[in-house]
Amino acid sequence: MNVAWTQHLVVVPIVLPLLCGAALAPLTQGRHRLKFALAYGSVLALLANALALVALADGSWPDGIGVYLAANWAAPFGIALVADRLAAGMLVLTAILALAALHYAQPRWSRIGVHFHPLFQFLLMGINGAFLTHDLFNLFVFFEVMLAASYGLVLHGYNVERLRASLQYIAVNLVAALFFLVGTALVYATTGTLNMADMAGRVGALGAADLGLLKTGIAVLALAFLVKAAMWPLGFWLPTTYAAASPPVAVMLVLMTKVGAYVILRLWLLVFSDGAGEAARYGYDALLWGGMATIVFGAAGMLATDTAGRLAGYAAIVSSGTLLAVIGYGQASLVAAGLYYFIASTVALAGFVLLIELVDRIRTPGAAILALTAEAYAVEDMPAEPKGKGVPAAMAFLSLAFAACALTIAGLPPLSGFVAKFGMFHALINPGPGLPAIGATGWTLMALVFASGLVAIVSLMRFGVRTFWATEMAAPPALHAAEVAPVAGLLLVSVLLTVQAAPVFDYLARASHDIHRPGLYVDRVLGMPPVPGPVLPALPPALPPASPPAEAP
Amino acid sequence: METVLALGIGIVFASGIWLILRPRTFQVLIGLMLMSYAVNLFIFAMGRLAVDRPPLTPAGAVPDPAALADPVPQALVLTAIVIGFATTALYLVVMIGARGLAGTDHVDGEEPGE
Repeated sequence: MNVAWTQHLVVVPIVLPLLCGAALAPLTQGRHRLKFALAYGSVLALLANALALVALADGSWPDGIGVYLAANWAAPFGIALVADRLAAGMLVLTAILALAALHYAQPRWSRIGVHFHPLFQFLLMGINGAFLTHDLFNLFVFFEVMLAASYGLVLHGYNVERLRASLQYIAVNLVAALFFLVGTALVYATTGTLNMADMAGRVGALGAADLGLLKTGIAVLALAFLVKAAMWPLGFWLPTTYAAASPPVAVMLVLMTKVGAYVILRLWLLVFSDGAGEAARYGYDALLWGGMATIVFGAAGMLATDTAGRLAGYAAIVSSGTLLAVIGYGQASLVAAGLYYFIASTVALAGFVLLIELVDRIRTPGAAILALTAEAYAVEDMPAEPKGKGVPAAMAFLSLAFAACALTIAGLPPLSGFVAKFGMFHALINPGPGLPAIGATGWTLMALVFASGLVAIVSLMRFGVRTFWATEMAAPPALHAAEVAPVAGLLLVSVLLTVQAAPVFDYLARASHDIHRPGLYVDRVLGMPPVPGPVLPALPPALPPASPPAEAP
Repeated sequence: METVLALGIGIVFASGIWLILRPRTFQVLIGLMLMSYAVNLFIFAMGRLAVDRPPLTPAGAVPDPAALADPVPQALVLTAIVIGFATTALYLVVMIGARGLAGTDHVDGEEPGE
């Protein structure tokens, strides 16, 4: 009996970018069209594959879990890749963002340095692998693949600002990787396994001393993810790096921030689930309060900054903090709404970082100085009213796109950001049967999410007014169609998320329900039989005992 | 043996931490390397310390799992060494690039007080 061919789709998101990146690496500079076509084809295939995985996970696979045993070793010993509803959804998100970034990079950004496309493919491999793997050490390997590629991409187009940002970014992430290793080693020492499903099954049976060590180990491990997810005070490196990176790379950085939060979600719900005995719900409070502190830090940063790149960085911190706090609150229905927020805010932020580079073209040096003096001297009388001059199409597009992004990031109606926040508030206020009613922490979280939205709209409006309203001297920017399309596409995704909120919410509720039942995972992953080998023909009768080899003359 | 190893790892790791907090990039690099050595030793020790136990099965005999050293940490440490080397080498390249472009080896890319 063979596995169904659809089972092999699980490994495609890792293998395809690897092969494509390897094929792209030796291509010389100058063959831009060929390289772009290869990379684009790979990303399109990844998107199709991810959509197929969603369909499979939501339809034909039992319990919505597809297990792939790499190298055909049974689960605790070999490497198990697991595609469930959540992982499949994340793969779709990755592919959409990658498509937008690649499209945007085509006319200009992929050409300002060498090896953009191979690095981009390796980055995709690392991100996809981190979503799919269910093994701590492989997670480390995929994290390193992702980070190594991102170092190269942040440096892409090499200038002093990027080098300065990279020095900090690389050093911080190298230290985080070391903590990752320490944590993994401690987990292995106590549970004797690196497979996350196997670990979840063993946590309940650990002795007190081992349990203490395991908690320490996972806390150290979490440091590495929290650095990636930019939890306060570990996220200080983020705004500088985001502002320095080129826009298509910043899109992927926005996603990488969320990979940290995703791993936290996975690991915590598996290992410290309610069924884990003494260890149940360990560290939830730290995540909750840390997440809330992160929201405050990000919101303060948004208010304090006046450059668009840093604004995007702090908005990413706010979104990441909201997600961490939602995970720490420990309620399945809230996690479902949090996942919707995860997707909505990532798409909106990705659109925003692509947009700000286009917007910056409006702000010619003259306009920037004008805006600065208007602020510094509090000029009351604005220059003359516009005299019936038609708005150029480029300006109209930019300002409308900016408004849409700002509305989504701030969580105002009518776009997906509002649906996400509404969903979270609804889940907080109506915890459902059998759960404690909303308490002081719940109200605090709500107030903070609300206030962060207010701060976001204040700072984004300030930026928007200064850019679109008060810049009379600005020349309409020159936009390339290939740069406008991805921004419009991401906004379209955001609109689709709003219009189709009900099916998306249902899907995410099922995904959240799945990841809150770790027992099911453990059974499915550990119970997955390896593919039986081919039946060997009967062995020939025993050979006569081998004679000792003749001595060489 | 445990005490000696633990002390050794602790001292190396602490030296690494002190070095990465220094303002010059080369010191940071050496600190990162020291920390990664300490972490590699730490992973190695997580398979429990034992003397004279082979990680491989002897040829031609039925292997006895109890007589073998735990091979998993050794495999892990091998991977960790490779990845650590690669990323440290990358940091070195970035460091040299920063030195060339910014004209200083300060981690902020500019001398304090400038």
